[in-house]
Amino acid sequence: MSTEAASGNPATDYIIHHLTNLTVGQGFWTFHLDTLFFSSALGLTFFFLFRKVAVRATAGVPGGLQNFVEIMVEFADRQVKDSFHGRSELIAPLALTIFCWVFLWNFMDLVPVDLLPLIASWFGVPYLRVVPSTDMNATFGLSVSVLLLIVFYSFKIKGPVGYAKEFLTHPFGPYLFPANLVLNIVELLAKPLSLSLRLFGNLYAGEMIFILIALLPWWIQPLLSWPWAVFHILIITLQAFIFMVLTVVYLSMAHEDVH
Amino acid sequence: MNINVTLVGQMITFALLVWFTMKLVWPPVMRAMADRQKTIADGLAQAERAKSELELAHKKATEILREAREDATGVMAEAGKRAANVIEDAKNQARAESERLLAAARAEIELEAMRAKEQLRTAIADLAVAGAARILQKEVDKAQHGKLLDEIVTKL
Repeated sequence: MSTEAASGNPATDYIIHHLTNLTVGQGFWTFHLDTLFFSSALGLTFFFLFRKVAVRATAGVPGGLQNFVEIMVEFADRQVKDSFHGRSELIAPLALTIFCWVFLWNFMDLVPVDLLPLIASWFGVPYLRVVPSTDMNATFGLSVSVLLLIVFYSFKIKGPVGYAKEFLTHPFGPYLFPANLVLNIVELLAKPLSLSLRLFGNLYAGEMIFILIALLPWWIQPLLSWPWAVFHILIITLQAFIFMVLTVVYLSMAHEDVH
Repeated sequence: MNINVTLVGQMITFALLVWFTMKLVWPPVMRAMADRQKTIADGLAQAERAKSELELAHKKATEILREAREDATGVMAEAGKRAANVIEDAKNQARAESERLLAAARAEIELEAMRAKEQLRTAIADLAVAGAARILQKEVDKAQHGKLLDEIVTKL
């Protein structure tokens, strides 16, 4: 993806330029500054917006912003209550954070593809990818965190022995434990993989379409990018929602004793 | 696919965000919502109670009004009866008074008549004495014939 070799073809160069992260470091110790910056900035936007309301939260008549925040909070709370049967302080705030954060990531996709990179280039920043969810580091960062939570709660609720027993004896019974082990490991790893690849794939493809549309003559661009953007409003919300709901479902499964 | 240390950074950011949300955003908002729910529920209950109380007060007011009306009817009847009594009494009293007055007048008249008779008798006695004196050409001595004269007067 981050092939920085220029091919000489302007269209290819344009696309490659748009798919290159702003990086610092080498090899594994490479930081994607743009992903880190935008995801943190969006996370802080989310946090401060909600914190502002939480500080002034009144039991009386709520204002417009408080109404919005309460709708979001209640929405997350209801999703968790619907599909999560344990009791946990963490799950509902986690679901809210995931939904809002992923939504904001995805929302960056609706910003015109050239706008922020152009502005950045005035300040001498050569590469800029503004949509964190088109960076696998971001989506895997989320889903690996979710995986760690799944493992943590499995241990906490079932105990090491119970969890090991479930790993070895389900679904085929104790005599086929190698098959069970393989199946369970695949199942466990499939969860974060599917979570992050679904989000990444959708947003990467969406971003790609915007980039391709941007290559067309200027007069046809609005005709194509406008419907695509409208359609994308649905996609970005849906992806954020799916990520949240699946996280809750996975954590709910981790809380259940019987597989 | 260049997975690198950015992933770790994202995980840390995510953990911090979730932690902040759990500690600083979730509780106040939920508390405010729960409080509001309670306030609304209380308000509705109070409204319901006030409604039933109002109904009760209405009933009581109607009751009191009905009693007052009954009382008033009773009082009016009583007053009517008493007024009739008073009138009756007054009539009786007036009748008695008139009878008394009539009797007194009659007695007076009788007394007057008696007195007139007495005077008449005296006058007649005097006249008879005078007549007799004239007839006898002689003074009848009142002292001498007093007894006889008194007898005559009594006979008149």
